[in-house]
Amino acid sequence: METEGAKLIGTALAIGLGAIGPGIGIGIIGGKALEAIGRNPEAKDTIQTVMILGLAFAEAVAIYALVISLIIKFA
Amino acid sequence: MLHISIKPEIVFYVAGFPVTNSILAGWIAVALFTLLAVTFYRNSQSKSLYAVAVRYVLQTMYSFFQPVAGRVGDRVYPLIASLFLFILIANWIGLLPGFGSLTIRAPHTPQSVEHAGENEEPEFVPLLRGATADLNMTLALALISFAVIQYYGLTELKMDFVKKFINFKSPLKFFIGILEIVSEFSKIISFTFRLFGNMFAGEVLIVVIAFLIPVLASTPFLFLEVFVSVIQALVFALLTAVFINLSTTAHH
Repeated sequence: METEGAKLIGTALAIGLGAIGPGIGIGIIGGKALEAIGRNPEAKDTIQTVMILGLAFAEAVAIYALVISLIIKFA
Repeated sequence: MLHISIKPEIVFYVAGFPVTNSILAGWIAVALFTLLAVTFYRNSQSKSLYAVAVRYVLQTMYSFFQPVAGRVGDRVYPLIASLFLFILIANWIGLLPGFGSLTIRAPHTPQSVEHAGENEEPEFVPLLRGATADLNMTLALALISFAVIQYYGLTELKMDFVKKFINFKSPLKFFIGILEIVSEFSKIISFTFRLFGNMFAGEVLIVVIAFLIPVLASTPFLFLEVFVSVIQALVFALLTAVFINLSTTAHH
């Protein structure tokens, strides 16, 4: 298999598989945050802040996968 | 043809030092930020729209970050606010028209002189590029955050802080200490790549969509990038504050 083809497959696989976990994780975090706000609407600000924090960590993993795929494609 | 490179391109030399297009954009961001700050400082009590808006932004930021930063909150707030505002400004000006589209002829770098015989046409490089889409800039910001986190941990907790990492009381605590050291260094990596990945991927996304559909298709993605810029600046500052809080709280 030529390197050009292998590079393209590598790029697609890196981001495709790498986005599965964070996608599920972000969904769970958002869902739990909504549930918590529903049970205790007064704590909305705290829950929102902590949710954004958790989302940042989960999203970062997807970004790592994206960076690897960009490196494979463009360098 | 699409011109995407992870490495920023050199646009000119200053006294022998290469200046890349993202350094140039970084200087513009610093100049803009300084201008905004000095303009506010001159008449911080006035009732003009600008002063009222800046006061509102500062007030909201303070009430948002203050509960998060813990014991040294008031001392560390200028840094957190500066990180947030600088990263926000640097992210946003990277979306302005002209960034990535205005090009100049590439200067003769030592690498390009080696390839001089290959083809005669001059290469054009973008004059400006989003400052935070450069790995060097995000690495610098991450190192600043790391240094501040370690500094406040050491000055607030002194020996307790060192005991978090080097602890000979039991094999389990020793192992946990080693994991803590690794996790400190992984914070640098994650700060760097989170900001770089979001900004660079946003740039690439807009360019690729514009390459596929030249008319108007990139506009929703520009709005997405405006939003993502705010979120990433917020996350950088918030995570710095949270880690400072964690490093200044005693273990038990």
